[in-house]
Amino acid sequence: MTDVLDVALRLLVVFAVFLVLPLVVGQTEHKVMAHMQGRLGPMYAGGFHGWAQLVADGVKFAQKEDVVPADADRRIFQLAPAIALLPYLIVLVAIPIGPSEGAVGQLVDAGIFFVLAVMGVGVLGSLMAGWASANKFSLLGGLRTAAQLLAYELPMLLAAASVAMAAGTVSLPGILNAFEWWWLPWQIVGALVFFVAGLAELQRPPFDMPVADSEIIFGAYTEYTGLRFALFLLAEYAGIVVLCGLTTVLFLGGWHGPWGADGLGWVWTLLKTGVLAFLVIWLRVSYPRLREDQLQKFSWTLLVPLALAQIALTGIVKVAIS
Amino acid sequence: MTLAAAAATAANAPLTAAANAPLAANAPQGFLSPTGVEIAFLLVGLVTLGSAIVTVTTKQLVHAALWLVATLGGLAVEYLLLTAEFIAWVQVLIYVGSVVVLLLFGLMLTRAPIGRSPDADSGNRPVALAVAVLAAGSLVWVVVDAFRTTWIDLDRAADEAQGSTAVTGKFLFRHWVLPFEALSVLLLAALVGAIVLSRRNARMTRLNDTPGDPRTPGDPRTPGDPRTPGDPRTPGATGTLGKPRPPGATRTSGDTRTSGNPRTNGAPSDAPSDKEQR
Repeated sequence: MTDVLDVALRLLVVFAVFLVLPLVVGQTEHKVMAHMQGRLGPMYAGGFHGWAQLVADGVKFAQKEDVVPADADRRIFQLAPAIALLPYLIVLVAIPIGPSEGAVGQLVDAGIFFVLAVMGVGVLGSLMAGWASANKFSLLGGLRTAAQLLAYELPMLLAAASVAMAAGTVSLPGILNAFEWWWLPWQIVGALVFFVAGLAELQRPPFDMPVADSEIIFGAYTEYTGLRFALFLLAEYAGIVVLCGLTTVLFLGGWHGPWGADGLGWVWTLLKTGVLAFLVIWLRVSYPRLREDQLQKFSWTLLVPLALAQIALTGIVKVAIS
Repeated sequence: MTLAAAAATAANAPLTAAANAPLAANAPQGFLSPTGVEIAFLLVGLVTLGSAIVTVTTKQLVHAALWLVATLGGLAVEYLLLTAEFIAWVQVLIYVGSVVVLLLFGLMLTRAPIGRSPDADSGNRPVALAVAVLAAGSLVWVVVDAFRTTWIDLDRAADEAQGSTAVTGKFLFRHWVLPFEALSVLLLAALVGAIVLSRRNARMTRLNDTPGDPRTPGDPRTPGDPRTPGDPRTPGATGTLGKPRPPGATRTSGDTRTSGNPRTNGAPSDAPSDKEQR
């Protein structure tokens, strides 16, 4: 009975994190972008600096009519937002936030493979949405999504493989247990490749050609309204949380910190994740969108060679110190 | 070819499940009191078989690809139930995450009509069925003959289970190194072959090219709007939708998007997207 209770409690906590953190990132994005552009951002909803803006947005989205285009493939059109959102919830289960045994939703033996595999499934949602909308712009968005995923999955996997080589394990808590501070300079190239490729996989600016609102009118999501559109947006922010959490765990040492690693490990994890999320927002405000061919070129001629060089470096150092 | 392969994979799953039953009879666990894992295995096998059959019989191309996702995902669950965790995640990563995406990409690039495509059927159905049955039969025979009465202990700890990453890695690089290396050489050959083929095609198209080909990578198409709400573009810039660009027109690099040049604005940018409006 305690087992069942334990599992239920863990899932509940993960679900709560899944509901809260993306909204926090979204609200931070509103405020940070506003201040970077000399505006105030939301100020009214909820009273104090518009903290309830996203709650109000949620209510607004829920009230809107759920429209399905006449020519659309109805079932796939309606299924797509769930396919886009659920993988991030599932991935969150495997990310450890603290040093103790109980600080992870579920211990997965092949953790890296699990998170990368499930994250890759989320893109199917965008593809399904793009195809099922019966809209040329949406189809273009779907095509761009697929091309982008194919280009950026490889450097992401290679960078993650480098960390797995360094730690000698593919389990996420195992990697954190093996972490030493000098891994940071050792794996820094891999970290950059992983983070950039992850940004591209999430279709965040400057890699947001699949949704490019000024070119193809939000790509795969053109025809979506109301709650289903909100689910796609939530998937984007959940994706940011997952990507930042993963980068933290794989490359920045997760719960390791200068002090307080025993009781306050989870604070370090959250802090590092938060800083990375801020970086994601900062990049969106700072950089213009890449062109489609620039994006492909960037991946194949820069990120993939860099990731391979990182793997070679990891191997050499690993052999040298053992 | 794909049809036969899919059918074979599908047929394989429940048959191995069925083959599992006599194994259970020899084992101490007994035949008539199946464990929860065995029941789950059988049910998932049935679902996998069902979606595989739909994959090869549906008349809608993209639906077939999506049912293939269900089939491959079902197989991954089967691996998971047989404690082969590593193989299961690799199955999801490679097949669901990459192969199906590639498949959908190809379908969308060429033709993926919404609704039925009656011309998608070929007359090779009976032959495909025969090949599928043959392949499934030989696979089941090999598996049954190889394992006979081997029993998987499902309750062992994760790090010493038969299918854990550590055990799989040890087996792969101790006992099966030669096949592994041969496979990587095969993949390398395929990679090089693909590059050679695409390079030859590129050279031929370059010879046939007209100078105004709009799809050359050097096309100085302007980068898009970086989604910032503070975009200084003038709200009055219109006249873009009614003025389609001639496909052969190459723009010079000096013709980048400026706020005073309404022609190059891609979409009516003064209409704020739903996202920015929030």
